[in-house]
Amino acid sequence: MNELPGLYNDWVAIFLMMAGFYVVISQGNLVKKLVGLALFQTSVFILYISLGKVAGGHAPIYDPAIAIYSNPLPHVLILTAIVVGVATTAVGLALVVRIHEAYGSVEEDDIQAADEAESTASSSEASAEEDAKQ
Amino acid sequence: MRDLFGVVILFSIYSFMTAALFMDLDAVDVAFTEAAVGAGVTTVLMLSCLRLTGRWERRPKHSPLLPLIVVATTGTALVYGTLDAPLLGDPNAPAHQHVAPRYIEQGPIEVGMPNMVTAVLASYRGYDTFGETVVIFTAGIAVLLLLGIQEGPHTRPGRTAIGDQIVLRVVVKLLIPLILLYGLYVQFHGDFGAGGGFQAGVIFATGFILYDLVFGEGDARLVVPPDWLPRLGALGVLIYGGVGLYSLFAGKPFLDYSALAHDPVHGQHLGVMLVEIGVGITVFSIILAIFYALAGRARRA
Repeated sequence: MNELPGLYNDWVAIFLMMAGFYVVISQGNLVKKLVGLALFQTSVFILYISLGKVAGGHAPIYDPAIAIYSNPLPHVLILTAIVVGVATTAVGLALVVRIHEAYGSVEEDDIQAADEAESTASSSEASAEEDAKQ
Repeated sequence: MRDLFGVVILFSIYSFMTAALFMDLDAVDVAFTEAAVGAGVTTVLMLSCLRLTGRWERRPKHSPLLPLIVVATTGTALVYGTLDAPLLGDPNAPAHQHVAPRYIEQGPIEVGMPNMVTAVLASYRGYDTFGETVVIFTAGIAVLLLLGIQEGPHTRPGRTAIGDQIVLRVVVKLLIPLILLYGLYVQFHGDFGAGGGFQAGVIFATGFILYDLVFGEGDARLVVPPDWLPRLGALGVLIYGGVGLYSLFAGKPFLDYSALAHDPVHGQHLGVMLVEIGVGITVFSIILAIFYALAGRARRA
């Protein structure tokens, strides 16, 4: 690692982040979108952890023989973020399951089509009622 | 890739690779968590979700051109933004100047434990960690509100095909006590080596999830009944908050562990241990509750 200093850690993180972003905005399947979101999330983890790295440093566990440690603060932030991340991903998965039970599909296009069909049906009902009043 | 099963497995492999990368970047605690959570729990939860929603994805109708342009533009802007950023491993980077030297130099003396990550997590930044524990608890409650844990013979996984593999049954039987023992070790040894409440909670939950996956029939629910899980989660948060309130009533700031004992360092030890136990209980029960909720849900035709 030491002979290759540079910005490539940021670029790796950006590449992964953009890959996750692409999956989120281009894919119609909701489960796949969640995988993309998780990918996006790990890219942020990688960015933070690489920020905490100090050249020649060691893992931040105290040892009298070691003088240089990597920065423990990003480690703490990301450690908790990973566990929070799986909990929030689970909320997303639970929502997907409920959507599947309500619409019979997890494809965005199907859900939108079902919503539109429902709204046109209800609006035509409403206009029929108005006609009946007049 | 149209097969979402493949997507999830690839993501699991990717998580393992990320854990290895974290190891290389000196973040042992994070690598530990990523391996347990990303490669283990997330995969199981996503596969449980796929069981309910279907394995195959439909071919998309939209052109990928517009998203590609958006992504390329954003990516270019971000890369341009990094050109001023400090180089990898630069010891003079701003991130290493602010509070980090204090944590590294004073942490082992003030808090009295070799693992600086645990010291920062539970002591210096106890407020953040308390907030995150509450977030995990809230997410677990949200999943339970959305899905609930269903009971009954139809919702249990039943005798699965993998449950008939004799090798798997024997190996899992041998492994589970070791997994649980290791979870306890990670919980109580977190002050000295890599580990802590977050990892221990996940590892402990993994033991139960593994049992439920292989032996099916919902027997794991006899050991930890689903009704207990939200209460256990609340108990963990209560332990954490209780420690904070205790120091408040003892006339010290919230979560100041020196209130717990006469000797400040001793108080820190006690406080960190109690707080980590609270975190461990919450994480364990919430992860298991989420698994029960997703895996135990009856499939609708």
